[in-house]
Amino acid sequence: MQAFRKHTGLVAPLDRANVDTDQIIPKQFLKSIERTGFGEFLFFDWRYRPEGGPEPSFILNQPRYQGASILVTGKNFGCGSSREHAPWALREFGFRVIIAPSFADIFANNCFKNGMLPIVVSDDQVARITGRAQYAEGYTLTVDLETKTITDDAGLSIEFSVSDFQRYCLLEGLDEIGLTLRHEADISAYEARK
Amino acid sequence: MPTLFDKLWNNHIVRQSPGEPALIYIDLHLVHEVTSPQAFAGLRQAGRKVRRPDLTVATVDHNVPTTDRSLPIADVTAATQVNTLRSNCSEFGIQFFDINSREQGIVHVIGPELGLTQPGMTIVCGDSHTSTHGAFGSLAFGIGTSEVEHVLATQCLPQTKPRAMRIECSGNLPEGVTAKDLALAIIGRIGTDGATGHVIEYTGEAVRGLSMSGRMTLCNMSIEAGAKAGMIAPDETTFEYLRGKRFAPAGGAWQEALAEWRGLKSDDDAVFDRTLEIDASKLEPFVTWGTSPGMVVPITSQVPDPTDAKTEIDRQAALRALEYMALEPRMNIQDIEIDRAFIGSCTNARLEDLRAAARVVRGYRINPGVNALVVPGSQEVKRAAEQEGLDRIFSEAGFEWRDAGCSMCLGMNADILQPGQRCASTSNRNFEGRQGRGGRTHLVSPMMAAAAAIAGHFVDVRQWEFR
Repeated sequence: MQAFRKHTGLVAPLDRANVDTDQIIPKQFLKSIERTGFGEFLFFDWRYRPEGGPEPSFILNQPRYQGASILVTGKNFGCGSSREHAPWALREFGFRVIIAPSFADIFANNCFKNGMLPIVVSDDQVARITGRAQYAEGYTLTVDLETKTITDDAGLSIEFSVSDFQRYCLLEGLDEIGLTLRHEADISAYEARK
Repeated sequence: MPTLFDKLWNNHIVRQSPGEPALIYIDLHLVHEVTSPQAFAGLRQAGRKVRRPDLTVATVDHNVPTTDRSLPIADVTAATQVNTLRSNCSEFGIQFFDINSREQGIVHVIGPELGLTQPGMTIVCGDSHTSTHGAFGSLAFGIGTSEVEHVLATQCLPQTKPRAMRIECSGNLPEGVTAKDLALAIIGRIGTDGATGHVIEYTGEAVRGLSMSGRMTLCNMSIEAGAKAGMIAPDETTFEYLRGKRFAPAGGAWQEALAEWRGLKSDDDAVFDRTLEIDASKLEPFVTWGTSPGMVVPITSQVPDPTDAKTEIDRQAALRALEYMALEPRMNIQDIEIDRAFIGSCTNARLEDLRAAARVVRGYRINPGVNALVVPGSQEVKRAAEQEGLDRIFSEAGFEWRDAGCSMCLGMNADILQPGQRCASTSNRNFEGRQGRGGRTHLVSPMMAAAAAIAGHFVDVRQWEFR
């Protein structure tokens, strides 16, 4: 898994709450047996018009947000399904960080497995970042996982929390399965007891 | 002082180190075709084997057609996915219930009916409705594909312990009000993130009064409130259900299992992080009006007015939902006409659900403006229903009777809504586009879906004239 230490990127505001996994990646795109190829289908029903072609009013289709790698959005992002295709699509599209007041559990967990950082901040902080991203063209943030801070060029500085273990795995880009297999003796001992 | 959840958790700790998630052992790993291909590919690439093929069971459900199963699957990518699971199971030595096997069905329906799902277990699957199995007093939760690979390789998962929420359901559900309505009422009350970070234990008279099928419906919907898992302590109802099931313990092992299972309940002085109380006797049949399971009201009520919303976020969400669903504020739910009905899904496609729907349908014809599908949760459910003549009741009424699969719950196969079609559905999610792009989903109980299909609009099934 690719490590995450510090990332600076263009911010795109998706100013909606409760964005669910069916919006992030609709089911017809779950038929692939690969881990790749989902980026072009991210937010499919919002990005493309029913008759085909991009929907110009959708935020990610606007030229000023091309190349965005940080998404700021509303509460309960990623609610619904356990489909890991959702973070895969976001990641392949280019996002490495998602900032929101809250996330659905399974979705957030899936993000960590893919070198992506879901960050919880307060409603006010989300509103502030969203406002700046909407107002200032080319608005970027720097997210530093080592210091657990988010900063911009205009004096914004936010500290965020993340579990020590998940932070450690992301910083080192660790293979979690390899970590578990180090405890082979404990696993065998458990199985012997049962 | 421990809760049922504490007992399940503590019984499965392989290893616990300070500052790290606990390593939890997984007793049963259920697998289906959509979330497993990349996991098996990862195993192969890393040169790893499945540690416990004997604790792993697979079937096909999301992608499979519900008609013409003797023909090859027309959708090439779907066919590839199904073929991939078949060959992965063969390569890694995993029991696989293939598309034309007697046991095939929705993974969360076949687990219990085969007796694979048992009290006291940890159960995972790459599907969020794994919470269904918690009805047996197990810790059952959905996982992503990377975690599927993790379980295949190690039979364990690193897990941070969630908090525990108790939902105490007092009273008895009135006639015509079902476990589905109880689930919708709860989600309506606490929202789709109301239980995030928690496992829910359902307790109380109303819960004890539910059959296993009803308990499965209730636990199934836990994820829609944002919960990690939902569970109900096992009791004689649970044991009666399991007795004699194919993979349930038998003989001396059965007696031993019973002794162990009887201890699986929260202590009287157990402390929960949160508690919610709900009076089941006051509930009505519920209908979702919006684009999230939390946007729900009783059948006798109206579509809400966004101006009444408590926050700006809620107001915007309601406005957007009403536009998508093409509904007017304050219109009566009973005036909402439907085009389609879907009786199916892991939420409500067990035999009891089909019986309830058939009881409504018997003697009636479907409304000429409605097309309805009845999709049994498994081939076993289908056979049992046919033995009771339920299929004839549905067919004679003009409902389509299908083979088992997830079908129109999420429309990965050909069973989808066309843009603008409005559906009374017994499934679990009404997100935008869930059942097909532009499709409008209203979640209801099986009886309510059947009644709506006949009336052509939502009706209060408590007033239904059974024939």
